Formats: sequence, structure tokens, C-alpha cells
Amino acid sequence: MDFTPHTPDDVRAMLEALGMQDLRELFADLPDALLEPDLHLPAPMSEQEILAHLRELAGKNASADKAFLGGGLRPHFVPSLVPALAQRGEFLTAYTPYQPEVSQGVLQAVFEYQTMIAELTGLDVSNASLYDGAAALAEGVLLALRQTRRMGVVVSQGVHPEYRQVLATYLHAVGAELRTVDLEDGLTPPAEFDDTVGAVVLQSPNFLGAIEDPAPWVEAAHATRALVVYVADPLSLALLKPPGEWGADIAVGDGQPLGNPMNFGGPQFGYIAVREKLVRQLPGRLVSQTHDVDGRRGYVLALAAREQHIRRAKAKSNITTNAQLTALMGAMHLAALGPEGFAEVAAASVARAHALAEMLARLPGVERVTPEPFFNEFVLRLPRPAAEVRAGLGERGWHAAAPVPAEYGANLALFAATERHDEDDLAGLAAALKEVLA
Amino acid sequence: MKRDFPTLFERSRTGRRGTRPPRPAEVDLAGLLGAENLRAAPPRLPEVDELTVVRHYTNLSRRQVGVDTNFYPLGSCTMKYNPRTGEAAAALFAELHPYQDPGTVQGALQIVYELQEYLAEITGMDAVTLQPAAGAHGELTGMLLIRAYHESRGEGEQRRVVLVPDSAHGSNPATASMAGYQVREVPSGPDGEVDLGALRAALGPEVAAIMLTNPNTLGLFERKILELIDAAHDQGVQLYYDGANLNAIMGWARPGDMGFDVVHLNLHKTFSTPHGGGGPGSGPVGAKAHLAPFLPVPTVKREGGRFLLDFDRPQTIGRMRSFYGNFAVMVRAYTYIRMLGAEGLKRASAMAVLNANYLRKKLAGVGYRIPYDRLCKHEFIAQPPEGLKALDVAKALLDYGYHPPTVYFPLIVKEAMMIEPTETESRETLDEYVEAMAEIARRGLEDPEWIAHTPYRTPVRRLDEVAANRKPVLRWRPEEA
Ligand SMILES: Cc1ncc(COP(=O)(O)O)c(C=O)c1O
Repeated sequence: MDFTPHTPDDVRAMLEALGMQDLRELFADLPDALLEPDLHLPAPMSEQEILAHLRELAGKNASADKAFLGGGLRPHFVPSLVPALAQRGEFLTAYTPYQPEVSQGVLQAVFEYQTMIAELTGLDVSNASLYDGAAALAEGVLLALRQTRRMGVVVSQGVHPEYRQVLATYLHAVGAELRTVDLEDGLTPPAEFDDTVGAVVLQSPNFLGAIEDPAPWVEAAHATRALVVYVADPLSLALLKPPGEWGADIAVGDGQPLGNPMNFGGPQFGYIAVREKLVRQLPGRLVSQTHDVDGRRGYVLALAAREQHIRRAKAKSNITTNAQLTALMGAMHLAALGPEGFAEVAAASVARAHALAEMLARLPGVERVTPEPFFNEFVLRLPRPAAEVRAGLGERGWHAAAPVPAEYGANLALFAATERHDEDDLAGLAAALKEVLA
Repeated sequence: MKRDFPTLFERSRTGRRGTRPPRPAEVDLAGLLGAENLRAAPPRLPEVDELTVVRHYTNLSRRQVGVDTNFYPLGSCTMKYNPRTGEAAAALFAELHPYQDPGTVQGALQIVYELQEYLAEITGMDAVTLQPAAGAHGELTGMLLIRAYHESRGEGEQRRVVLVPDSAHGSNPATASMAGYQVREVPSGPDGEVDLGALRAALGPEVAAIMLTNPNTLGLFERKILELIDAAHDQGVQLYYDGANLNAIMGWARPGDMGFDVVHLNLHKTFSTPHGGGGPGSGPVGAKAHLAPFLPVPTVKREGGRFLLDFDRPQTIGRMRSFYGNFAVMVRAYTYIRMLGAEGLKRASAMAVLNANYLRKKLAGVGYRIPYDRLCKHEFIAQPPEGLKALDVAKALLDYGYHPPTVYFPLIVKEAMMIEPTETESRETLDEYVEAMAEIARRGLEDPEWIAHTPYRTPVRRLDEVAANRKPVLRWRPEEA
């Protein structure tokens, strides 16, 4: 099944037009030594066969639609119209909107997405999307270093450990220096920055779920003209004071909670929003409103002089393909819920998480680690290694207790709850955890 | 009078509701979250009903072309048919969390593991990571592998330069910079291939790597590839293969056999996963054994009958992405590879090359100039007849119902039109396209006013990009609408 429409007659006629007899002649410019290697791949399958095979593989997974797992990705309810609209072939099978006259659909949807992200973050401008939260963080920090012409970065340990690992990879490449400030009692302690520091990074709610007070870091950073990069779960921005209002210069995060399934970790999308003065340092695509020759409003890719296809080695980033469709799913999700629905979802998630934390903390040997106030994720210390507990819960059909890296302490497990859980789910998990710990 | 297409914000009415979550319980937000942490005012999202949302996006989609609606021969992007099977496949695995117990995701891990194996086989590489989220992300991953390798041999300080042909895609030099390298351009020769003499002269102990794509961005196979790679390897220089053009040679030749040390693939091109209006994609990286110790973690390994996440790679460059990469894109590519098998992949490349050469020949017959008129691979470069601009031809094509080719790339050809028909287009489509191109050339030369103002029938006409760059409007605001 190869999806090519060519009949034997087509092939013959087309070869003839080229003065050829055999398809091999199309590869006559390749060195003989390379030609036609034996590829050892499984035999081809029809659509029916591959779907049966995949269903069998899917049967070896346990659905996590009721998972109490977090780390920035969680099972949230997605309105049915989101996948239905995103699957329209015009959105699904287009590429980067280089030809604006026939790409107003994507361009306007991106323009609206940019507006929504700016609104959520309380900042001026969002780009069209980045790969994920971790890449968005790395790009946000590189942006801050370009702008400040400094090479020092200070990051709170409260930033998602995987994001910090990605950041470290990117920073090592350009020779920047990365210092981590450890959490104290689950929160980022005040810090001071010298004038080699170009970017300071804080996450709130932090990896342990706690809501930080960003004010001391913002103040200390701005005292030395460093820029503040603020990592925020977009769902939290339905209720919490946004990064822009705290004084952050750059906000980044992972968009999965907006209209995207968990997809075993990807794709989702990364967002980045900045203050106006940083616009020309932004990586990636940007859509601007403009007008056509007849005076009609329309949209185009703008400020491309930042990008690799124009600026090459001096581009702000190498990014080209981003996460457009998943970002548009985020916009569709926000459009469907509206400000009230979005706030209700966030509030339900918070309420469930707080109820769950209370229930689980009553179990013998279980101790709360995340300080109040927290949002919809929290960490517990368990009497046994979290990986064991998670496996025990998994055998009972529950997904919870993601192991927290040892840098935060021993036997720590991350939990989350969302609007998708009801009272019975909470009680069920508590009972299962009790059993596993017994 | 033609009316503007309203934004969602203009369709908003205070108090109107769309999708409603289950009836909310009373939640004491100030108590749970701290009054000082709450936002003063909700974000100004549109307040619209569901039908308005559905109509809005449905009508937006009608202002958009894709492969599903139109022939889309966008060079370098491999806009082939994206089977809906892939969408059905991905939906089977949507509700999995990356932190659930590995015992409960054995089917998903098996797909990752097997896809690693298939891609290694197709490219002739020893080990594969699926972590990178797109081609450029794969490039960065690959270049960091090379850098770590040189550092491990004590040559990190010495090898500071990356060579890139002047025909290279912009992401190549941009990546080399992000990987901390200085970029040096190597000229192409008159035959459109890398000038071997110039390349030899550019090689030296300060060079870390060469980034190439083969076939190159002119659609030409670099015929001296084996010599070129030997010359580089003799000097300790690593060879990077940009796999954006792999659709030309699947099953016919492998970058690994050519001698490349590291390769990235674009699953959203070669392996038929949808481009999504700009992403998400996936950019797996394959490496030869000497680079494998540096791959990002985790990869997936098999132990007995079980699949495990493998974090044990002491020399790793670290992580490139959260979690394990764009898994749902991997599922689509896995589906595609399993449907085609080795024979199908080989035929797909053959038909892609057949279509490109057929189109090249036919366009040459209707007045288009072909600067490198010889056997091409999956794409080729054309130039409009003397007197016409590539941009105008592109805009005229819009009225004929075609997505234009890539224009003004590669940079080494003036008025370049980079045409990649892909294998999933029929002979009739190509013939009709040639007719349209012929008519555009004829009419454009006769009537310069006509072509300069095309398109006429699209939802909007030529847009003022100068204004957008001079005074960008990057978000909706009531006063600017
Ligand atoms: C030749 C070439 N290399 C690299 C890339 C980068 O790939 P991606 O857009 O997936 O990041 C592209 C496509 O944009 C390309 O055409």
C-alpha cells in the first residue's frame, strides 16, 4: 500500500517521455556501490491489517484518561469540537503559510492564538508556537541573553527538572553559565544576582505544585537589569495573577492543558510571550495583521528577518516547523470554553487536587511536602520508593505517584487532579493507595 | 462591498457561553490559592457559543489550502498525501501519560522501539533517537552529538568551524550557530554540486563537521559523495546528513552507506505525517556507533520481552525535549512504514523521482528555464521565462488552484522556483499543472499588468507585507480592528 496513483501505463509513458525504459535509470547518477541495499522491514500491510495490529498494541497500554499524574501534562477534558475542527484537511495538511492569499485560515487562527496567549500571560506579544514547554524555556533564556548581552543564567530548582535538563543542553552549546538555586521547604528562596546574569528563571506553580511569590526575584533581577523568564502552566493563568503583572519579561510554558491529549508526552505545544521591546528578539513565526491591495484586512508572516531562511547563521533561532496545529487546538479550546468556562475548569481542577491531597495525606506514613498554597499538582512523601508504589497502583488500574527526582528528596511522588476526576475517582485512588502501602 | 472576515474577538458578546464544564462546586479560591495570588481580571478571551466557534473555524479553513484540497508542490517540504489511517492510528494512543508506569505502556514503547529500528535500517545508521520535535531540532541534536564526540577526543577547542554549502537550507547554518560553531560557506560548482576542490581547500584541523543534504537543495544527487566524505573523514571531520530530502532515495541508497556519521529525518515530510499548517513534526536522529554514546536520553530498549526507557548513557548530550518526543507523530510514521514495507518505500521514491523528472521535462517544453537540466531526484529548480518573476508566477498559480512551489530558494539561483511534486500526484495532475504554467507564462509575457496584480480570485489579494514589518500588529485590540 504505497498511495501512488501510477498505473503501469502511466509509468511506461512517463519513462518514455524521459527516454527511459526502466525505473532504475532514474537513479543512474548514484554510485553503483550504494544502489538498492536490502532493507529488512516487516512485510507491507493493508489499512485493515495495520489498524488491527495497532489495536493489539494499544491493548497493551492502560488508558491514563483518569490518571492522577502531572508534571505539566494532565488528562483534561477536551470539547469535541476541538479535534473535529483541527482534523479538517485544510488545517491538517497545509504547511507554513508562506502564501498568505491562500493561507488566511491558518494565519488568522494564529493571530487569534497570539492574542489569547498575550491575554493569558499579561504580556504584549506571543509568537506562533514553539515545540514544547522545555524548548520554549530554552528559547526564552537564549532571547534574554541576546538582549542583555550577558552569559549568566540563574534558575530555580522549582522549574520542571526535564525543562532544566533541556535548558542545560542548549546553554552548554553556546557556552553560557547555568546556576541553580535549590528550593527551601518547597519554595524558591530569595536570591541576589550579579551583573553577569542575563536571565533568571522561575516557575509558578513550581514543579512541586506550590505557588511561588515571584516578587523578590523580579525585583532582584531588575535591579541588575537581568530579564525574568517565568514558566507558567497556561491553565493556572485562568485564575492566578499572570507573569506580566508580576513584572516578568518573558513567559513560557507547555500548552497541553489547552485542548490537547497527553499523547504519551507529545506533541503538545510550547508558548512564549514577551514585552513589546523584545519582539525583534523572538524566535520563530509571528503573524501580523495587514491589508490587501483592495484594502481588505488580512494576515501575513511578519518580521521574518529574525528567522533562519533570511538571516541564516545570524538567525534568532534555527526553528522553522513549530507546533502550529496543536497550538491552534489550544486556541479552539479557549474559544469553546470562554473566560468563564476556562476559569471553571481551573477551579474544578484546584478543588479536586486539594480534596485529594487531604485524603491521601491521612494515610499512614504519607506526608505532605508541597507547602500551601498549591494549584492542581502536589508532592507527597511515601513510606516506600515512588516507582514501586506507582507500579502497585498501575496493577490496580490507577495511574498516580510519578517518582520525583531524588534531588528534591527521597521517596517523593507527584500527584495531580483535574476536572475529569469525580468523588468516586478520588476515593478509589485513596483506597488503592492504602492497599499498596499496607 | 466585500466585508472583512471577523475575528473571534469581534464575534464575542459579554455573557455568551460555549462549552460548559460539569456544574462547578463552590470553590473558595482565595482560601485555596491565596487572595494575593489571584488575577484581578479574567483574560479577555472571546465569549462565543459553540456554533459560532464551529462556523468560525470551518469558514477559516475554507480560506486555507492544503494537500487535501490542492496540488501543493512546495519544494523541500514533501507535501505528499497524508493517509487518514495515520489519524485513526494516533487516536488509539492519545490517552497515555509519559509518567505512567512503563509496565502499562508496553504497546507504546514497542512502537517507539520498532520505529527506532526501522529508521536505523532505512538510513543505514546504528542508533536512533526519536526525541527531536522537528527537522531543525534534529539538526541541533545531531550537531551536539558531533560536538560531544570531538570534545571526548580532546578536540573540542580546536574544531570550531562547520562547513555548509551555499545552497544549504537556512536551518543548517542557524543550527551550527546554536551549537556554538562558526559557519563557513562552501561554494557550489557550475554543475550545482559542492565544489570538491573548494571543499578540500576548506577542510582542516579547525573543522568539526560538514552539513550536507543529498540530493541537495537543487534536487541533484551529489555524485562525488564518496570521495567527498573520504576527504573529510581523512581530516577527522564529521559528516552531517540533512534528511529533508530522503524522499528521493528511500530503498535506493542510504546515507549511512554513503559514509555519513549522523542524519536527521523529517517524519512530517518523508514519512507522510501531516504538516499541520506548520507543525508539529518530528525530527529523529540516526547516528553511527561512535556517536551513539552521546545520544539524548532516554531511548527505548528491549530486554527480553519487555520495553524499557533507557537513561543509562553517561556521555549523553542531555535532553533535547521534555518526555520522549512527538509520540503521536511517531505513531503515524510507524503506520506509514508498516503499510508500505521496503518495497513500498522504494516505489514511493521511484515515483517521486519519476514525477519530478517528468515535470522538469514538460516545463522545459513550455518555456521555463531549467538551470541544471539533467536527471534530478525528487525535486528540481525552474526559472520563469526571461521577463517574468518567480513571485508573479507563484501568485498567478493561486488563481489556477495550485499552491505555488517554494520560491527564491535555494539562494544561489536567481528567481528560483523549487518544485517537488511528490509521488502521490497523478500524471493527469502534472499535465494539467503544466498547462496552467504554460498559460501563465504566455499571458504573463503578453500582459505584464495582469500578472503583476495576480491573484484576483483568492479570499484576499496581495497583502502589504511592508506595512506588516514596519508597524506589526501582532494581536487583536479593539482600537486597531
Ligand atoms: C532542506 C531542509 N533542511 C531542514 C529543514 C528543517 O526542518 P523542520 O522544518 O522540520 O525543522 C527543512 C524544512 O524546513 C528543509 O527543507
